[in-house]
Amino acid sequence: MDTSFTPEDLAFRDEVRAFIAKEYDEDLQTRLASGEPLVYKQAVIDWQKRLNDKGWVAPNWPVEYGGTGWNATQQFIFDSERAASGVRDVVPFGLKMVGPVLYAFGTEEQKKRFLPSILASDEWWCQGYSEPGSGSDLASLKTKAVLDGDDYIVTGAKIWTTYAQFADWIFCLVRTNSDGKKQQGITFLLIDMKSPGIKVNPIVSIDNHHSLNEVEFNDVRVPVANRIGEQDKGWTYAKALLAHERTSIAEVGDTKRKLRQVKELAAQELGGGASLMTEPSFQARLSDIEIELMALEFTELRVLAAVASGGAPGAESSLLKIKGTELQQAVQSLLMDVAAYYQGVLPNDLSADQLGHEFGSKARQAFMYGRAATVYGGSNEVQKNIIAKAVLGL
Amino acid sequence: MNFEFTEEQVMVRDSVARFIQDDYSFDGRQSIAASEEGISRDVWGTFAELGWLSIPFAQEHGGFGGGAVDVMLVMEQLGKGLVLEPYVATVLLFGGLLQKGGSAELQTQYIPKIIEGSCLGAFAYLERQSRYAMADVQTTATAQDGGYVLNGEKVVVLNGSNADQVIVSARTSGEQCDEAGISLFLLPMDAAGLEKISYRMMDGQLVANLTLKDVAVPAGNLVGELNQGLELIQSVVVEANTALAAEALGIMEQLNSKTLEYTKTRKQFGVAIGSFQALQHRMVDTFMAYEQTKSLLYRAVCALTDEKEDAATAVHALKVMVDRAGRLIYGEAIQLHGGMGLTDELDIGHFAKRLMMINTTFGNGDYHQAQFNALRYN
Repeated sequence: MDTSFTPEDLAFRDEVRAFIAKEYDEDLQTRLASGEPLVYKQAVIDWQKRLNDKGWVAPNWPVEYGGTGWNATQQFIFDSERAASGVRDVVPFGLKMVGPVLYAFGTEEQKKRFLPSILASDEWWCQGYSEPGSGSDLASLKTKAVLDGDDYIVTGAKIWTTYAQFADWIFCLVRTNSDGKKQQGITFLLIDMKSPGIKVNPIVSIDNHHSLNEVEFNDVRVPVANRIGEQDKGWTYAKALLAHERTSIAEVGDTKRKLRQVKELAAQELGGGASLMTEPSFQARLSDIEIELMALEFTELRVLAAVASGGAPGAESSLLKIKGTELQQAVQSLLMDVAAYYQGVLPNDLSADQLGHEFGSKARQAFMYGRAATVYGGSNEVQKNIIAKAVLGL
Repeated sequence: MNFEFTEEQVMVRDSVARFIQDDYSFDGRQSIAASEEGISRDVWGTFAELGWLSIPFAQEHGGFGGGAVDVMLVMEQLGKGLVLEPYVATVLLFGGLLQKGGSAELQTQYIPKIIEGSCLGAFAYLERQSRYAMADVQTTATAQDGGYVLNGEKVVVLNGSNADQVIVSARTSGEQCDEAGISLFLLPMDAAGLEKISYRMMDGQLVANLTLKDVAVPAGNLVGELNQGLELIQSVVVEANTALAAEALGIMEQLNSKTLEYTKTRKQFGVAIGSFQALQHRMVDTFMAYEQTKSLLYRAVCALTDEKEDAATAVHALKVMVDRAGRLIYGEAIQLHGGMGLTDELDIGHFAKRLMMINTTFGNGDYHQAQFNALRYN
């Protein structure tokens, strides 16, 4: 039991800090904050390319495929430093989702074809899992793929597809067999978004932004060569991926940083002459969150350590997902309270000075979109079912 | 002891309910929200025609002479329809201040116009530094040439964008946060030296920041006693808070019933998700939160009607309850609707946003809990 840093760890931390200070420059930050979708997209790609040039874009991948080979401490240090500097994590669909499926279950040709462009962020991926009728009950999905010569013909619709409007590729779960258990008969396909018959319909979410979409498939031809593993075995591959997704959506470091921001902003909020930070009720709400977060940080470390010594993320990742997303929402909610009546401000052309407030609109957007966190990646209710079944044996 | 409404009250309630059901669809509401004024003058005209704008005003001014119960019944229905038209700002705040504190001249001049729908009003009390502290007023009113000259800034003025007249709180004596020394002045929105910038809030309300530069106001436009404005504000706000709680209750009912309906029809794992006990218990919790809010609302309304001394305490308790129950109910409504709850297209998110904004109006739950504690325990 030892969680102190060695001199090597500290040297690594300094290296990470120096890298972020140099590469995460102001120009990049401005572009990332842009409301212009294509400017934002290019900025994300630029940042991920810089990470890739350094060899750090896919820390969780095996070294032979381009991973870093970091131990649990190094991975923790990198993630903490990233989050503390306000650097957003990489877009997960390629690097954290389909990438691991490809290196674990893909053919040599598929690995050669796709892994380099994922590392280089030359191709943007999106995720085709949920369907209008299949949310928490993912295995009930109905998008159909029928074999026709060397192609599958895919028909159906996927929904809540983040950044489908940017994507070059979508990885999809499709139904190839309706006999037997619903988990059997699902196939994992990689589909070119330029294929004829694909239509992307935007969905505006409650934060008044467009990042979600519905993706329609009307007789889309997909080469059999784009199938991962065996036909009807897609559920196995998808499950492995979901566990990865859940670990990375805990975002403990990011939540810590946001909580720090809440404290700074609350200290500046005066009502009747007294700072909000001096109000006992506000302090109590802050510490409720901070205490849970202190615990979750160590829970995450324990999972990381277990994974680094050869384990796969299992049902613990459900715990990280539930607690992580609850705390994200708690911090977002607290920031809304700090913003008081300014929490309702919609985007406008007014300066902060004209408005009389700096962060109300941003707090609103984060809070509203943040409602998604307890729904996506398998709703928190489903995560509880997983823990009940897999951990508690109920 | 009874919790029945009079025949007249039921008639008013049902007429508002019918209007919402027949003439104020969610889609129609969304088009109004997207329009330049963010409200519908036609709808406002209908409110006037049907007499709803007259409800809290004295009969001598053409009012209905209604009380807290009547206002509650109207507001609950307006909540169910997510009505955008400025009932609170014009009738309850602007009108309420005039009714309680305005001179006979001001009352005669403005109340009939409010009732006939030809005067939209606003109450400008917030300042950028004030948060929920009503006494935190930097805007000044200085006596000059038999009248007053106002300087300062007011922010997030409800209906500030469309109002014809506004009542502004300003300091006539004392220090920035002193309770004494605040006075209220009525001025036209086109007064020389008054400038506004408008912006939209997430609940569809169009609000404004007002800058006052040497705005001259005649002495006759003083509303209430000089330097005693805070008391008048508080007596109007306590009623407005109750009305807002009634609006919130209407919203909660909508959220609960829509969520219940959804869980009965949405199928996952081969069954309606409402058949899961884990979800059933959560819907029982939101149901109980709604009933408790309703009880506290009735308690506050009774205390106000009987002019009981502890009415203020009951209203603080009510605001705390609305905040806590509101967070629970809109949170569960969004969560149980899953991805659909996160779309702008569905009404659930819009009900949630209005509840959130109600909670920030005249103080959130934490603020009112502190007030409650001070009254009860200090």
